[in-house]
Amino acid sequence: MIDLSGHASLASALAAAVERWPEQTCLIELDRDRENHRLTFRQFGDRAAAFAGFLQASGFLPGSRAAIILTNQSAWLMAAYAVFMAGGVLVPLDPKLTAEEHRDLIAHSGSGWLIVEHHIWIGLRETVGVAAVVVGAPPKDVLEAPAQRWEDAAGPAAQIRSRQRNDLACIVYSSGTGGRPKGCMLSHANYLEQCAALAEVHRMAEGERYLSILPTNHAIDFMAGFIGPFVCGATVIHLRTLRPEHVRTALTKYGITHVTLVPMILKNLETAIRARLDALPAGKRRITNALVGINTALTRHRLRPALSRRLLAPIHASVGPSLRAVFVGGAFTDPATLQFFRDLGFPVANGYGLTEACTVLTLNDVSNPRTDTVGTPLPGVEVQVVDPDRDGIGQVAVRGKTVMLGYLDDPALTAETIRDGWLLTGDLGHVDAGGHLHLVGRVKNMIVTAGGKNVYPEDIEAAFDGLPVEEFCVFAASYLWRTASLADDTLVAVLRLSNGSGADTIDAFRRRNRQLPDYKRLGGYVRWDEAFPRTPSLKIKRDALAERLRGRLDAGGVADL
Amino acid sequence: MRNVEELTGEILDLASRHFGVDRATLGPHTDLFETLGINSLQVLELLTRLEQHFSIELPDYELQGVTDARGLAERITRRL
Repeated sequence: MIDLSGHASLASALAAAVERWPEQTCLIELDRDRENHRLTFRQFGDRAAAFAGFLQASGFLPGSRAAIILTNQSAWLMAAYAVFMAGGVLVPLDPKLTAEEHRDLIAHSGSGWLIVEHHIWIGLRETVGVAAVVVGAPPKDVLEAPAQRWEDAAGPAAQIRSRQRNDLACIVYSSGTGGRPKGCMLSHANYLEQCAALAEVHRMAEGERYLSILPTNHAIDFMAGFIGPFVCGATVIHLRTLRPEHVRTALTKYGITHVTLVPMILKNLETAIRARLDALPAGKRRITNALVGINTALTRHRLRPALSRRLLAPIHASVGPSLRAVFVGGAFTDPATLQFFRDLGFPVANGYGLTEACTVLTLNDVSNPRTDTVGTPLPGVEVQVVDPDRDGIGQVAVRGKTVMLGYLDDPALTAETIRDGWLLTGDLGHVDAGGHLHLVGRVKNMIVTAGGKNVYPEDIEAAFDGLPVEEFCVFAASYLWRTASLADDTLVAVLRLSNGSGADTIDAFRRRNRQLPDYKRLGGYVRWDEAFPRTPSLKIKRDALAERLRGRLDAGGVADL
Repeated sequence: MRNVEELTGEILDLASRHFGVDRATLGPHTDLFETLGINSLQVLELLTRLEQHFSIELPDYELQGVTDARGLAERITRRL
């Protein structure tokens, strides 16, 4: 692995990797069964240097900002490296946002350059006044300046512009669904420290293979599926489709050793394995169950991958015979699902983190995961429980070198979130005697979907404007009731209906709800007959309303929507 | 050339067979996720079936914002 302590920037660290392993494969891009690209470190570095040269020739200065809106593919990583080489700031955006949301965040981040996938560019081209480099444009399409094709965006190979360790590297939005944009400003030091800390706990070996299926704009994949493997001399494999059958093929055919998943994908994998086991003839199923029992007993204190692969060969062969670590993050994972994989002997470890702290704060030991916890703090991360109640539960606060510089252009929100160097996570938890962190609920009215997306209920409310209710308000179930499981957290609407309205209004809510993207949908509603408490400026006092709700209703009072 | 209505019907036939759901419960504007009881990853399986059936390639992003068979048919029409 590259020694990161001697590097001031991500560009410098990546350049060291290019220099050290020039002929090794660093990147493979797959689409279904096809290989679109296979690049060595040298080829990767050359293409990025040419793109950095293009950027510089087009007026890109140190500190200039470039947004990327691409699904996972080789151009993503090359463009990112080029932006860093040119001394710029990267703004990775979620390709799944709407055109309006993209426009807002491009403007908010002050990005003057945009590297964008063709089908997304179609929705943006009339309204975004930035220089765009379009990836995947069909040959027959004519792009008008200042837009141009990725294939044509090359200049004389650029030299790396030097940066200071505390200079801004990325602006990563931890919420992009409307409302108040939260642009986390992360420095080169944040990333380099994070990467070094992760490598202390789990280091990839040269030539190992990481399957990158979480979106790289997400903080997790940026670190685990780009920076980490590259500075270890490993290979990143991109898959242009998330279809389960292609994921399975990639895991086995390409000898994947490492992958990071969100809980939803892990759950789907569990369902598929269970279905396969259930389909076995009765005799074989009994034998398999017995072998799982033996495996569980023999690996109770420490996973023994070689043993499990022999005992449960057909299962391991079909899921991933070379897997050395499967990390799960981005949202709370059901402990039962983690235990299922542990019993089968898969090295599955969950963790916990926030974009505001670069990615990972705590991680389970992959050789001995404690499935009821989110692991222990990474080296250099201090965890504190603020104002614990008599059960030791309070808000989790963290401190360390990976905590962001602040929210872009929002000093008030930054001051609320980082106090005396401690980042308030908004999550409720406690630390056990073994130093493991347990999460039990939220202080912050927010949900994290099983797909790893942060959703702020306030931002969802606008989608229901115009419906005939007297008042309504949206909460995260885990914010209202600590007993709600974080693994199935859901959005709950509180509805105060107008006089005379009833089932029709609920139906109207239901119809509107179904038109929304899944991550914005409400899971249920409660009816409330009193006027909502409001501030003098007529904003809903959410905390006060939540307190009243808690006093009168429990999670069982939520009706399905 | 099929029209959107015909395409919608073919999608629903395929979906009902693939996910084992009674065809009678599925209409052009039925919420696929809810009626089929599937999440956004499982619905991707349907894309593979549709690719085979219509002999086209459908990138995953074509499912973005689609909640019913009619919406999916409109996306597919553009690629036939």
